[in-house]
Amino acid sequence: MSQVLTIDGKDLAFDSGDTLFDVAQAQGIYIPHLCHHPDYPPQGNCKLCTVDVDGQSKCACTTQAETGMSVQTDSTTLTEYRRALTELLFSEGNHHCPGCERSGNCQLQATAYAQGMTYSSFKLLNPQRQIDASHPSVLLDRDRCILCGLCVRASAQEGKHIFTIAGRGSDSTLAVNSDSGLLADTNLSAEDRATQVCPVGALMVKQQGFRIPIGQRIYDQGTIDDLGNRRPQYHSPKSKTARIAGDSDD
Amino acid sequence: MDHVQLAKGLLLADPWTIPPDPQQAPDQAAEYNQQVTRFCTDLCNLHNQNPNQLLQILIRIQYRFGWVPYAAQSILSNDLKIAIGEIRAVIAFYSFLSSEFQGRYRILLSSNITDYMLGLDNVITACQTHLKLSPGTVREDFKCSLELTSCTGLCDQGPAGLINGYPIKHLDEHRICELAQLVDAGTPFNQWPEEWFEIDCGIKQSGTLLNTHIQPGNAISKWLDKEPETFLEEMKQSGLRGRGGAGFNTYEKLWAACRNASGDQHYVVCNADEGEPGTFKDRVLLQNHFQQVIEGMTLAAWVVGAKQGFVYLRAEYAFLLDQLNQQLERYRQKGWLGKAIGGCLDFDIQIHMGAGAYVCGEESALIESLEGKRGIPRVRPPFPVECGYLQQPTLVNNVETFACVTAIAMAGAEQFAQCGTVKSSGSKIHSISGDCSRPGVYEWPWGISIREVLHQCGGENAAAVQIGGPAGILLPKSQFDRTLAFEDLPTGGSLMVFGNHRSPIDIVSNFAQFFAHESCGFCAPCRVGCRQMQHFCQQLQDRQIGSSDLESMKTLIPLMTQLSHCGLGKTAPLAIQALFEHWPELIKEAETTTDGLSFDLQKAVADTIAATELQP
Ligand SMILES: Cc1cc2nc3c(=O)[nH]c(=O)nc-3n(C[C@H](O)[C@H](O)[C@H](O)COP(=O)(O)O)c2cc1C
Ligand code: SF4
Ligand code: SF4
Ligand code: FES
Repeated sequence: MSQVLTIDGKDLAFDSGDTLFDVAQAQGIYIPHLCHHPDYPPQGNCKLCTVDVDGQSKCACTTQAETGMSVQTDSTTLTEYRRALTELLFSEGNHHCPGCERSGNCQLQATAYAQGMTYSSFKLLNPQRQIDASHPSVLLDRDRCILCGLCVRASAQEGKHIFTIAGRGSDSTLAVNSDSGLLADTNLSAEDRATQVCPVGALMVKQQGFRIPIGQRIYDQGTIDDLGNRRPQYHSPKSKTARIAGDSDD
Repeated sequence: MDHVQLAKGLLLADPWTIPPDPQQAPDQAAEYNQQVTRFCTDLCNLHNQNPNQLLQILIRIQYRFGWVPYAAQSILSNDLKIAIGEIRAVIAFYSFLSSEFQGRYRILLSSNITDYMLGLDNVITACQTHLKLSPGTVREDFKCSLELTSCTGLCDQGPAGLINGYPIKHLDEHRICELAQLVDAGTPFNQWPEEWFEIDCGIKQSGTLLNTHIQPGNAISKWLDKEPETFLEEMKQSGLRGRGGAGFNTYEKLWAACRNASGDQHYVVCNADEGEPGTFKDRVLLQNHFQQVIEGMTLAAWVVGAKQGFVYLRAEYAFLLDQLNQQLERYRQKGWLGKAIGGCLDFDIQIHMGAGAYVCGEESALIESLEGKRGIPRVRPPFPVECGYLQQPTLVNNVETFACVTAIAMAGAEQFAQCGTVKSSGSKIHSISGDCSRPGVYEWPWGISIREVLHQCGGENAAAVQIGGPAGILLPKSQFDRTLAFEDLPTGGSLMVFGNHRSPIDIVSNFAQFFAHESCGFCAPCRVGCRQMQHFCQQLQDRQIGSSDLESMKTLIPLMTQLSHCGLGKTAPLAIQALFEHWPELIKEAETTTDGLSFDLQKAVADTIAATELQP
């Protein structure tokens, strides 16, 4: 640790190869993020982690730390951008939170609250993408997918390569790598990190319903800034008491 | 017919065969599938089962059969060891690839604003009347299909289009009517009127680059017996800056950096994607001056230490492929490409096809596409000069930049820099279209004023010009004294002229449509932002702007320019920004005058009802 930069006025040491996100996280500084998980290579597609580096907007999860950088993780402008970004993500999908099983455990919803979003001022695009309920224990609701690519990376790291992003522009969709294109024809399991890493209610373990009542869910206990990006603990679909090991938080 | 002969590389003389229905004609269907299988197996063999060649293989299948049949997808998956989902993901990314049959004749209409200004709406109506086709549909008898496509690079000869890859110009109702008969009869292209496909170079004003015609080896031979450093120094002295739009110092940012980067291999890539609407000067260079481009690439390879070069040719220019390959072959035969060029250099050039994606002009997306993938821009740094094609140092330059290199090699840096301005040396080739009496290709020294440009191209009545394409600058008349130069108005060579009778809202809406169609979809600000801009423009057209729409647009513009992952998203809002800046009164007029009372509930919830299939 010979190199130093400042984040929010604090001098911090870092190793070469660290990203700005890594440096901040090691110090317990929370930077909003949705498409990044420290266990996977960063991609930089949601842009929520954008910070100010010497007057320029940079993506914290993909920018390498350099000696002498002065990083600002928060400002009124950054909050405004992040709020607008969550609004954009909401406008792109069908996020009807009150009817969504993931409500209260959802990182998009929690981020929106934390950034002060109350409604989407953008036109709701109401997509009609294919739902995949073919798998016995995993549901894929593409209308809630924010195309963060975490499941793609997690599945690749597990050696299964089940997911990929297909198409272009706003027609991009999460595609499944099987001949039929259906999850039933893959070897995905509810225990896979690919299933569990999803930050929103797009990939979900079935038969969880409202086992954990609203009011007792992750972000009912505190804000995402304080609690970090967490994922729910799933119950095994086969038993009322057994739990599936939950994915790591970040 | 000449052009068909020339284009034999990719384009067929016959229209595509309708895939037989396996139920109704099982024997023919089996025969068809066998054909597909043979063709794909041969292709995979030809490409040594190299997964990086996926896109090149797909585009060949598309042009051979008119689609990428399911049988082809599974063969590629087997032979190239790529999951079938990944193959479909690539097909769905590129506009020119399709996993459904697009009819015997696939008609693509160029939808740039200049095409509309020349009567595209009438052409579309004529297609509906005579071909019984609306954009976005395949006719039930599978004889033809119609789509709108991004600018095809024929803006001075529009409304333009492509039929099975053949470029077609000056479309109007009469032409569509004649064309409909040929389509109905299934006439092979070599029996179509030749003049429909003759693409003019449209050169109206030549300078150093366009006046030069070299013989193979002319430029290379002047230098190869010297040290590469001497030519690098010449490049430095020339002050050359990239002609693709961004205007980086070619010597410093690219050549020297790439030469100094370590790697097992170095690569040189010529960016012939020419996707910026309104640009067609690279087409003209490829058509008439490809030798200068070849020699510029060769000199670059010599300096940076590359053995392999690529020309990334946009799918819209597939009709040039055979002609370009012939010239490369001529160079090989004369010993100016291949092994031991000038006794000291091994270097060869391959042409890689694009498949219809504007973003693939962005250099890192281009490299992904060269590797056979979806064209998603990479995280930068590292820049391609350090880590590009197959993670090796890769030099990417525009077609015209390479032509400039040859000019520098021939005449010397001093001569080259004699014209132009302090920070913009040499001359620049412009593609001029729109409301002017002499659209076409013009070469002028950098530093010419807009006023002078308009005088020369017959656009004196212009009320606005768009410089550098939709990603560039929309300039009102009050600023026509400004000059085309990196110091003032940088440009990649697109200049569209708009007369008084044009509506800035129409112009900006057309651009918004373009960006929404071409965003790669990787990053949230651009993927969703472009859709929202498109919606905002629709509201402008409908005069339905509310005050909250203005607020959200004012946040979205800087958000996109600052947070987007690549230049596409960063530049996409510039035209709307210009509208706010120069034509605020038009936005004011579009503000809705209705109050809350006239709120139409049915209309407001129509989309939600459609999406949820719930009736209130
Ligand atoms: C969305 C996008 C599209 C681009 N399209 C092209 C193109 O079609 N042709 C081109 O030469 N450069 C294009 N560029 C610029 C290239 O990224 C790159 O800067 C250029 O090829 C470098 O060559 P030059 O220095 O010779 O101009 C594009 C950039 C962006 C962001
Ligand atoms: S399904 Fe979930 S994890 Fe996968 S891309 Fe969509 S939002 Fe991300
Ligand atoms: S800015 Fe647009 S084109 Fe560029 S990476 Fe983002 S989505 Fe893709
Ligand atoms: S967390 Fe960095 S861009 Fe999404």
